[in-house]
Amino acid sequence: MNGDGNLVIHNLSKEFVNSQKVIQVLQDINLSINQGEFISIVGGSGCGKTTLLRIIAGLETNYQGTVTLSGKPLNGCGLDRGVVFQEHRLLPWRTVKDNIAFALNNVAPQERERIIQEHIDLVGLTGFEHAYPHQLSGGMAQRVALARALVNRPQILLLDEPFGALDALTRIQMQQEILRIWEIEKNTMILVTHDIDEAIYLGDRVVVMSSRPGTIKKILRVNLPRPRDRSNVEFAYLRREIYREFFASKDEDLVYAI
Amino acid sequence: MYRKLRLWQIGTDLKKTFLYFSLALVLLFVWQVLGIIGWLNPVIIPSLPTVFRSFGEYFSSGELLRHIGVSMIRVLEGFGLAASLGVMLGLAIGLSRTLDRMTDLLIQILKPIPPIAWIPLAIIWFGIGEASKIFIIFIGAFYPILISVVDGIRRIDPKLIELAKILEVPRRRFIKDLVLPGILPPVMTGLRVGLGIAWMCVVAAELIAASEGVGYLIMDARQLSQPDVVIVGMFTIGVIGKLMDSFLRWLSKRVLVWNVTYQGE
Repeated sequence: MNGDGNLVIHNLSKEFVNSQKVIQVLQDINLSINQGEFISIVGGSGCGKTTLLRIIAGLETNYQGTVTLSGKPLNGCGLDRGVVFQEHRLLPWRTVKDNIAFALNNVAPQERERIIQEHIDLVGLTGFEHAYPHQLSGGMAQRVALARALVNRPQILLLDEPFGALDALTRIQMQQEILRIWEIEKNTMILVTHDIDEAIYLGDRVVVMSSRPGTIKKILRVNLPRPRDRSNVEFAYLRREIYREFFASKDEDLVYAI
Repeated sequence: MYRKLRLWQIGTDLKKTFLYFSLALVLLFVWQVLGIIGWLNPVIIPSLPTVFRSFGEYFSSGELLRHIGVSMIRVLEGFGLAASLGVMLGLAIGLSRTLDRMTDLLIQILKPIPPIAWIPLAIIWFGIGEASKIFIIFIGAFYPILISVVDGIRRIDPKLIELAKILEVPRRRFIKDLVLPGILPPVMTGLRVGLGIAWMCVVAAELIAASEGVGYLIMDARQLSQPDVVIVGMFTIGVIGKLMDSFLRWLSKRVLVWNVTYQGE
């Protein structure tokens, strides 16, 4: 890896022009993310959190402000940044193994086999190498997508509501998995989510965003040892803090609800 | 509704086979009965046994097979040409916005011209030999194949295109691993449609100018007032067309194991 691996977003603004109307999606975003940090970005739908992630991924290149990785401005997509989307985006005509292989360019055949098997084992899909996407459950498909995003050993893994479409139990399981993988891979994780619990459970810091225009409202540090207990008092306090950002008038009820 | 469904599931295989052939059998039965009771004028509609007899004669003498062979080779040549050019040009147009814009008008104007309308020009250009027939077949099969390829590319999930961008998949591999497999289901359909049209075109071309082939057999029989032979020719065209389509369907099932499709209720 080159440089310090830190991601610095400075005065970032982004607008979409939609039939002569200008929509401000992001406004004055300032955020520094250290190498190896786990950042959760939480916000309601339409707050621009996915746009922010797409800018970091290099999919959106038209914006004001600067985004630098290890001091260098971003220039389009790059294998130093992996992405897991809400949908698995697996190629339906390829098996689990070949879907992971799709991400590998210019790797010697033997090396290739080894890397693929290693990542299949990493995400716990040993034995499903030859299954097609339509034969997998939602959680399993998302594990393949995770393995595919990791094979190029990205410095930063961008997670765009990756567990949003999964059922509650699978989601919790996948959250534990992502922590386990993070501890092995030691890369930077940037997770976009609308699930407040998920944001606190996973993040070193939780970035709270407001909608239209998307701005950073608050950044909270989560000083809790992992694995975190969702019923812990401190956890509940953070949850309340974040809830208050979204539902200002109802926060008193929530104190008792906890 | 539920009960009905369960009844149908008993002895499914037998019932499926029966269902498959039932309508054709009913038609043959009605035809036979009408012949027996003497409602058919044999000059207009020959009786079923007459048709069978003619079929037997033409088949055993080898004449029918000779005509089939000639038509089949024409179809395979014309269709092969249409398929290879259609796929190649389709890929080029589908992948290049400039080429798409450049060719669109011409394709839209040429496409609605029926292959039969090309026959006079084809004869002037290529004579009444093989080339003119292959040209007509090519014209007929080319457009559905071309359009299935271009349309297939336009319908590739943009999310997968985005994925390839993120993974920095090189252009060659992008085409080989994403575009080609991605367009396979619509292109298989395009090929099936194209092959059907190719088979129709060969008959049309042979009806007008030929000395052999199934189309010629039909035209010749009409001039000799042999409606039974005409029907033998028509039936042969139908059966071969069906067999070729079945083959392509079987092929696409083998190639598209990953494609889960709705089979109807």
